[in-house]
Amino acid sequence: MPTVLILGATSDMAVAIARKMAEKGYGIQLAARNVNRLQALCSDINVRFGAACTLHEFDALDFSKHASFFESLPEKPEITICVFGYMSDNEEARKNWAETERMIHSNYTGAVSILNIVSNYYGEQKKGTIVGISSVAGERGRQSNYIYGSAKAAFTAYLSGLRNRMYADGVHVVSILPGFVYTRMTEHLKLPALLTAKPEDVANAVYKAIAAKKNTVYVKWFWRWIMLIIKCIPEFQFKKMKL
Amino acid sequence: MKRAIANWGNYPVMESEERFFSYDDQLEQLVRKSQHFIPRGNGRCYGDASLAEETINTLKYDKILSFDTGNGIFECQSGLTLDKILEVIVPKGWFLPVTPGTKFITVGGAVGSDVHGKNHHVDGSFSNHIVEMEILLANGEKMVCSPHMHADLFEATCGGMGLTGMITKVKFRLKKIETSYIKQKQVKARNLEEIIRLFEEYKHYTYSVAWIDCLKKGKNFGRSILILGEHATVNELPEKFRKEPLRLPANKKIPFPFNLPSWVLNSFTVKLFNFLYYGKNFKREINNVVSYEPFFYPLDAILNWNRGYGKKGFVQYQFVLPLDAQQGLIEIMKRISDEGLGSFLAVLKVFGKQESMISFPKEGYTLALDFPVRGNLFAFLDELDQLVLKHGGRLYMSKDARMKPEVLEAGYPRLNEFKKIVQRYNAEGKIRSAQSDRLLLTTH
Repeated sequence: MPTVLILGATSDMAVAIARKMAEKGYGIQLAARNVNRLQALCSDINVRFGAACTLHEFDALDFSKHASFFESLPEKPEITICVFGYMSDNEEARKNWAETERMIHSNYTGAVSILNIVSNYYGEQKKGTIVGISSVAGERGRQSNYIYGSAKAAFTAYLSGLRNRMYADGVHVVSILPGFVYTRMTEHLKLPALLTAKPEDVANAVYKAIAAKKNTVYVKWFWRWIMLIIKCIPEFQFKKMKL
Repeated sequence: MKRAIANWGNYPVMESEERFFSYDDQLEQLVRKSQHFIPRGNGRCYGDASLAEETINTLKYDKILSFDTGNGIFECQSGLTLDKILEVIVPKGWFLPVTPGTKFITVGGAVGSDVHGKNHHVDGSFSNHIVEMEILLANGEKMVCSPHMHADLFEATCGGMGLTGMITKVKFRLKKIETSYIKQKQVKARNLEEIIRLFEEYKHYTYSVAWIDCLKKGKNFGRSILILGEHATVNELPEKFRKEPLRLPANKKIPFPFNLPSWVLNSFTVKLFNFLYYGKNFKREINNVVSYEPFFYPLDAILNWNRGYGKKGFVQYQFVLPLDAQQGLIEIMKRISDEGLGSFLAVLKVFGKQESMISFPKEGYTLALDFPVRGNLFAFLDELDQLVLKHGGRLYMSKDARMKPEVLEAGYPRLNEFKKIVQRYNAEGKIRSAQSDRLLLTTH
């Protein structure tokens, strides 16, 4: 049974992705800071889908331990899905460096650190798939969310470069851009129902993207067009807008 | 962020701060920081039982913890809904011990309402099948309870509308099945006397329920269709189903996309519906084999059927009368028929013996009807309440949005005992709902 490693496995999206991949016959490695939280999900996918599941302690911000973490996995996963991320209020973060730093590290630096290790291994193996959950917020900086957005923009650029580099090695890289999703991260926000996806939609998109070797995937198709329009607005106009 | 929420009847609507959690530590933190709250699942009770200014929603707390496929013991977190459980247990040859008419309720809700199904006269209510459960009390303490351990907490939690604490984990026994199909028998009854006689005649059937036309007057007063069922064995299946006897039903749902204007439901259209429904069974008796889905969950096929009652919503009225109060049943149904207040669906069922502290079922006839919310409805329902009490009956709190505290008190002889236990485990009244405040179960 092929195995999937899910990094940042306690989030709502990760739960949905773990269930989806287990349903499709993959063994699951769940990695997160707080392993105790993951016991219940492990028994859940085990009972529901008969899938093997193991738990692994992983802290995205503890870069020095990333190599030993990957080293210590009982078997190396065929697929690695990087789900972790962190968003806090932009106003709050611009006044508080610790918050800003946490957003940058959680959404970018931490991901680069672990995916460098994973991709080097996949490169040697000449196979493997990496999926990164980035964000449409990274496609253009907006005043309401530019710290998070800039970290995600960097992550998106990293994933695209990685895809380019790994192509010759037969390693595939998928960038997922979810748009609005009903999760804990967005629970306090009023989201437009029509534009908002459920974690299960993200999980379906992830599975399909892996199966069909897609490159960049918008979970809801219209986000591609919404972001295209937003990117087309000339900067002299854009800077005056309240977005 | 507060937003407007309502339960299945869309009445009442309340502004609520609804908080979600996925993990035990998150829940503990939420309970600690909430001023007051009521646990909430999928919002499928009808009235205000799971409404409050602050609610803690269990829907993301939905993991299966264990499933002993040999002995049929299932354990899960309280936010898991019955439809998801069926997907897992049916292919392994197990079924829910008790299920209400919708599978879109959480396990926590099933315990809090102590739900009943078409097999009540044989298998009792949901709580009958609980091995044990874990409850997080308002003070942050976790307690495991069962009929033998902290029995007071257990008894007051079954049917206790969430007031004793947050139900977190439930372990319960399942029912063994050979196939996912039901051997169904439908029998038409011309009037109320006949349907009551038929219930008696067919009481050995595991599942029984009657759809009843409350608006028909004269000699056909109470005409109905009795629906009976048994889990089919492999041998009873038609050839084409035998290859995969535990097959899950296909997942087809028709959404009800908008609220019907409230004038659509009037006594004429309801009469027409009832006429068609009764008339579709051309023969007096029909015997067939159907999947469990249409047998147990006919209305689940139409997502959001509650929108059919319009924006103002509806209340469901469900009462139980003792077996010897048949006259009372006739009197109440006549009153409803005279008033001409439309109800799409009236469901009659005979409950078996049950003596719980606060659960709704007790031996007798139970009738459930929907009433669209209209100007004079509540005065009329107050009048019905008096008839129900006069005949020794009581109302179901999970359906209730408007009963007066005296009505609850008169119907539930062990109410004071229940209140004392709620005070013991929820001392500061931190857990409370719009309903519990209205019914004076909690003070504010």
